[in-house]
Amino acid sequence: MAEKTVGKPIKRTEDPRLIQGLAHYVDDIKLPDTLHAVFLRSIYAHARIKSIDVTTAQKLPGVVAVYTGKDIAQKIGPVPCGAAIPEMKVPDHRVLATTKVYWVGHPVAMVVAENKYTARDAIDLIEVDYDELPAVVDEEKAADPKSPVIHEKFGSNIAYKLTAGEGDIEAALKAADKVVKHKILHRRLAPIAMEPRGVLARYYPGEQELTLWTSTQIPHLCRTQVALMLGIPENKLRLIAPEVGGGFGSKLNVYAEEAMLGYASMQTGRPVKWIEGRRENMQATIHGRGQTGYIEIGCKRDGTITGFRYNVFADMGSYFQLLTPAIPTLTGLMLSGCYKIPAIQMNVTATFTNKMSTDAYRGAGRPEATYVIERAMDLVAAELRMDPVELRRKNFPAPFDNNSFKTATGLFYDSGNYQAALDKALKMADYNRLREDQRKARSEGRLIGIGVSTYVEICAMGPSSAMPAGGWESATVRIEPTGKVTILTGASPHGQGEETSFAQIAADQLGVEVNDLTVIHGDTAVVQYGIGTFGSRGTAVGGTAVYLALQKLKEKAGKLAAHLLECENVSFSDGKFCPAAAKAKGASVPEPVVPVGQAPGGSLPEPNPSGKQISIQEIALAAHLAKNIPPDMEPGLSATTFFEPKNFTFPFGTHIAVVEIDPETGQVHFQRYIAVDDCGRQINPLLVHGQIHGGIVQSLGQALYEEVVYDDQGQLTTGTLMDYAVPRAAHVPWFELDSTETLSPVNPMGVKGVGEAGSIGATPAIVAAVVDAMSPFGIRHLDMPIKPENLWRIINKKAGAA
Amino acid sequence: MAKINITVNGTTHQSDVEPRMLLVHYLRDVLGLTGTHVGCETSLCGACTVMVDGQAVKSCTMLAAQADGSTVTTIEGLAASGTLHPVQQAFWEHHGLQCGYCTPGMIMATAQILQRNPDPSEEEIRHGLEGNICRCTGYQHIVQAVRCAAKKMQTKSVASGR
Repeated sequence: MAEKTVGKPIKRTEDPRLIQGLAHYVDDIKLPDTLHAVFLRSIYAHARIKSIDVTTAQKLPGVVAVYTGKDIAQKIGPVPCGAAIPEMKVPDHRVLATTKVYWVGHPVAMVVAENKYTARDAIDLIEVDYDELPAVVDEEKAADPKSPVIHEKFGSNIAYKLTAGEGDIEAALKAADKVVKHKILHRRLAPIAMEPRGVLARYYPGEQELTLWTSTQIPHLCRTQVALMLGIPENKLRLIAPEVGGGFGSKLNVYAEEAMLGYASMQTGRPVKWIEGRRENMQATIHGRGQTGYIEIGCKRDGTITGFRYNVFADMGSYFQLLTPAIPTLTGLMLSGCYKIPAIQMNVTATFTNKMSTDAYRGAGRPEATYVIERAMDLVAAELRMDPVELRRKNFPAPFDNNSFKTATGLFYDSGNYQAALDKALKMADYNRLREDQRKARSEGRLIGIGVSTYVEICAMGPSSAMPAGGWESATVRIEPTGKVTILTGASPHGQGEETSFAQIAADQLGVEVNDLTVIHGDTAVVQYGIGTFGSRGTAVGGTAVYLALQKLKEKAGKLAAHLLECENVSFSDGKFCPAAAKAKGASVPEPVVPVGQAPGGSLPEPNPSGKQISIQEIALAAHLAKNIPPDMEPGLSATTFFEPKNFTFPFGTHIAVVEIDPETGQVHFQRYIAVDDCGRQINPLLVHGQIHGGIVQSLGQALYEEVVYDDQGQLTTGTLMDYAVPRAAHVPWFELDSTETLSPVNPMGVKGVGEAGSIGATPAIVAAVVDAMSPFGIRHLDMPIKPENLWRIINKKAGAA
Repeated sequence: MAKINITVNGTTHQSDVEPRMLLVHYLRDVLGLTGTHVGCETSLCGACTVMVDGQAVKSCTMLAAQADGSTVTTIEGLAASGTLHPVQQAFWEHHGLQCGYCTPGMIMATAQILQRNPDPSEEEIRHGLEGNICRCTGYQHIVQAVRCAAKKMQTKSVASGR
């Protein structure tokens, strides 16, 4: 009997190939006769292209082709944007710059050569004559009518304006005893998947078939869009996401390079490969966040929140990528956090700037929401001299289920028990004791801070009505004639471990061993259309599709089992079907058969009227041989489901950070980090922990280290990992994790999702802890990233003044 | 072209390479050992870490020509005779990897840490891994894996009488 695995921390089945260096990321796929592509990118943020001379580059031995924007302007369609907002301005985003360049990194030309060293050499031989223009760098100043205009035909840099929310915000703020206002910055962040992007294209002219291997989170959506860009039939484009080395939203996109590589292979008739360098990745892979916001929060003297307004300038960059304009709308949806707030309003001014596009980076708009509401709660607590925990508790809704908590942002949260997660975290931290220790330490002049964040996130994206290109997910489950189980999922993972967690779901449902299962994903020629892995949707939507396909498959298997066992009904457990007709009908159950030679006192076989049972794997063989199946039954044993969720899910939790700041250096040292997360049912707690750890560290990076910096001329000054500080092992404390389990009513397994929890819940806790530590200096808020230098300056200025 | 003589994972190769060819490109593109990854081009991320004459080296900032006469071990050469190296086993057991891209470098760096210090503390492990970036795991499971590997290797060396 196969042991049940759901809920157990089993080792991943994908790991053996990864730990031995035997996996195949795009650059590991070698095709004979492959050419190599390198892009020439703009060194200016904003400039007119006067001329491009490629003649010298073309003459370099080994160069096969050089393409410029003019060469392909009529051949390749624009880079797509899947989001639509009323009256939004959509720039014509061509794959290569034609008349102007709009950001440092904007692709201007592509060289294709016999090897990558030659292609790289040829790039230096292309002469571009630029007329530099003033750059627009700040998202707020971009909206100023006096600002230079990036896309002249729009007359301004405003991409769109949007007001969202419900309730009478003016009245709510007027009715408040206090209104707290503050400016809040969310710096641009670089996702930095460790595997940069990469594309390998191979065109077979005879078959007229293009195959693209690309490092993407959305193979099917990418195939549809690239086929449209290239003007080839979608079913003549096979797109394969092989091993994908992380994404964090940066590969939830369709990029110019994907179409350019396909085009180059079609032109040259040879495979063409491009592998992004890290510098290119910093310049030309999407960034995240990028908001300058102003909050106003109204409260009663007792701490009751009356209303919350967020006016925000959202940085789009110069072009839209796939979801660029949609990201701030997600911020608007989650402004209520886990609190009862009767009136909420968000006013977005989305602006174009001479920078790379922003788009979905882990959390995608929701970390911004959680951060502003959590900062707002802390500011209110400071204003009212209330404990921040008490203030939060006061504004929590009572525990709820059944999609019943309605917010003034128009959402119905699925289920929640915010008190339980908070209580557990406070207990783990011994919160009262921590506060006492803090008082003591402060009296000794030490700078200790405690930060608490109670967060909720919107996940399992999502109902199709709320998504640009379908929010459902697909799965096929097939039992092969030999009894091996194949699962095809449309939710193509890139490190989340779904090859294991989906196999766990299926193994339990079918009563087979995890090792008898294979999960296949990422190849559009093999897997039915699917959406992809992002928005914490892999298990909650993709896993649910697998679960439902399993039920369908078992239903058919059950019918065939009944036919073969010659009974009306069957029961299924531990991978085997038994006749259940007698039981079901309440008819007399025959005496159990006691095997000869066995004492009656020993274990007896289950009641089994005909003495027969049949395994689901035997059923699979019978279904494929099809010699004895019911006349109205199709041969084979496979089932496909397209699962459409009726609502999002809303995971939540409490994070507590305890820090000490070294007054000599301004360094932030973590004393403790506690997180209690509720992601509903956990399929594999080991993977859940992994997701939370990783998310917290990305939060920690955002809070203390990371920032994409463009200077006043729009020059990217954080262009390598030398200048952009990704947290390393020594920056990170030991995390103390626990969880509560509140099932989601949105899907049958009760899964909520966990991919983004850490990156949403942790940032406010860390910032709050540092602010709390600095409160003796009168500090109530500090903008991220809170670098030692900022703290040192505050500490020393005050010390000097004292 | 430069002539090099180099032993990789126990096999000796003689090659003519461009003098500017990076060691990592030699390993990946000439020898087809694609387990060693390139993550940053500036020797900051450590994904390309291999052993050159017993020292952990970032192969994206070493020329193949510089490795002439050297003995190189890559991730593919770590699992001797088909058995996983204790560090590989420990990374698997403790979920020390997610997307797997940094993993070969992390494992090679870990092997070096444990060579130098068979029983490192948490702080020593975190310090030892400073040259390697992982964007997925948050490092905690990696730290646990390194500790576990240290135990496995100590037990092994006790068992073998060393």
